[in-house]
Amino acid sequence: MRPGYGEQLIAEGDPEVAADEQRLIEEFRRQLDLGMWAAVPITRSDGRREAEMVRDFEDIPRDTGRVIFFPHAAGGAT
Amino acid sequence: MPWIDRRLEARRARRERRRVGDEAAAYDPGRERRAEQRARELLKSCVNQEEWAMYRDLGFLRVWGAQSVPDGPSDLRGVDYAYLIYPHKPIVAYLPQTGKLLNEYCVAFPDESRPYGSPQLPDSDDVLAKWMALKGDERRVIDEANLHLPGRQVDPRQIQRDLWRLGRWERERLARAMRAGDTQRQAEPADG
Repeated sequence: MRPGYGEQLIAEGDPEVAADEQRLIEEFRRQLDLGMWAAVPITRSDGRREAEMVRDFEDIPRDTGRVIFFPHAAGGAT
Repeated sequence: MPWIDRRLEARRARRERRRVGDEAAAYDPGRERRAEQRARELLKSCVNQEEWAMYRDLGFLRVWGAQSVPDGPSDLRGVDYAYLIYPHKPIVAYLPQTGKLLNEYCVAFPDESRPYGSPQLPDSDDVLAKWMALKGDERRVIDEANLHLPGRQVDPRQIQRDLWRLGRWERERLARAMRAGDTQRQAEPADG
């Protein structure tokens, strides 16, 4: 998610392919270095939809289809 | 005159950026609308069906809190609590059993790469970011937020109205679901 623009595709690839995985890892780290938070939408076994925050590429569930990056939360207007 | 020089230089720079296709400089009146449309689709694809319907119909989301445990350190001690998520407004915590408002959590998602006058996330992206942050790491986002008593930024009367609307919306939704169930049972052949 990018302020002023909304959803934008940053990178895509198959993590089972080594070259793709390396590119995805680099982009994941770059986004976190930029101060973004990363979340993975998930569906529980009972059908409930939740989200998991991930801080390492290894924490991303292998079967997930996407990782959403958004600016990290900061204290708002005081 | 320096002031005129600066204005002319800025104007020349803007023209040049437009000429080379700098996306940020070119004004696009439909950009925000398209961004919001994409954000609504993304939100719909992430949240539960009921939550999407709630946001579509009422303009806010309710998320249940998960930090209240019977022997926990907080004052809640097992009492259910929930948050109301509005676009670009503080997250409001309240007790669903009584409607009592607990706190406002002022939180924003600023673009750190453009600290001066950075634009906001589209409304639905702001709601989704809060939803994901609360669902994924409630304690972290609450720790980051500025805590205020209710009424600091969101009018408590508006919240009470929204809670009333939410209650009515849930009752109507339940009644519709029950009617649909009755109709389905009547349509099925009776056993025996």
